[in-house]
Amino acid sequence: MTPNGFWSMGGYARFVWPCFALAAFVLAWNVWSASRYRAAARTRARRALAMAAGGHA
Amino acid sequence: MWTWFYKLASPPHVYAAAGALTPWFAVSAAAAIGYGLVGGLVFAPPDYQQGDAFRIIYVHVPSAWMSLFGYTSMAVAGAIALIWRIKIGHAVAAATAPIGASFTVLALVTGSLWGRPMWGTYWAWDPRLTSELILLFLYAGVMSLRSAFEDPARGDRAAALLGIVGLVNVPIIHYSVVWWNSLHQAATVAKFGKPDMVGSMLWPLLSMFLGFMLFHGAVLCMRLQGEVLNRERQAKWVREAITA
Repeated sequence: MTPNGFWSMGGYARFVWPCFALAAFVLAWNVWSASRYRAAARTRARRALAMAAGGHA
Repeated sequence: MWTWFYKLASPPHVYAAAGALTPWFAVSAAAAIGYGLVGGLVFAPPDYQQGDAFRIIYVHVPSAWMSLFGYTSMAVAGAIALIWRIKIGHAVAAATAPIGASFTVLALVTGSLWGRPMWGTYWAWDPRLTSELILLFLYAGVMSLRSAFEDPARGDRAAALLGIVGLVNVPIIHYSVVWWNSLHQAATVAKFGKPDMVGSMLWPLLSMFLGFMLFHGAVLCMRLQGEVLNRERQAKWVREAITA
């Protein structure tokens, strides 16, 4: 496959490439969203522990 | 055996296992998706009828499979939590829902982009497309229901029940192309016996499927850690886990 043929996808580039771009976006969103969710949960857990420790002091 | 099973499903064990498995899943997923992309976009020959537009299947088919796999695993996890009162099941179900929903959106949009050049339309009220859209609504319903209750335990139970009821849609999606007249093509890969694809097209597709599965595993482990922490933040083991 030539570079031009690769990018033009036999005339279907406007259908093929948006699919792969969207797939990349969905995978990236999943990673970002999951790591943000986990980080927020850790922050909340640390805060809860700090409050519990403060209450006992 | 039940003692071992309950111990395996205990929140501290699940939290630690999810953290240990995440990098393995992530690296394997990157390798499988990389191989699938190169094989599917560069080395696979154009289809004799669909030309290069067929390459959309390398993201469309794995995402459609993942939408069904995600829903099934969410419903099974909910059922396990309801039947055996293993509360980690609710956490797994809650962590799976947004991942499965995102793959369902991807399957619908990529299918629509494939449909325009092949069918002449972005959307048709075809049995396969409509049942897949219903799957997206089911995911949305399960996620909304879980957060609709003030008592999280009631939300978990209601979401698990809806998930189990909605499971009836999964075989409908799969067999819709057999049971009704459908624009959507019949199964070419998931056939018993010989698939209707040559190896140079099939192997990258299977690799993409494996990559999406492993990716699902990596993201599920990350979300599951957050879900477990949210549910167990008052537990003693959490202090050790988050300071480690």
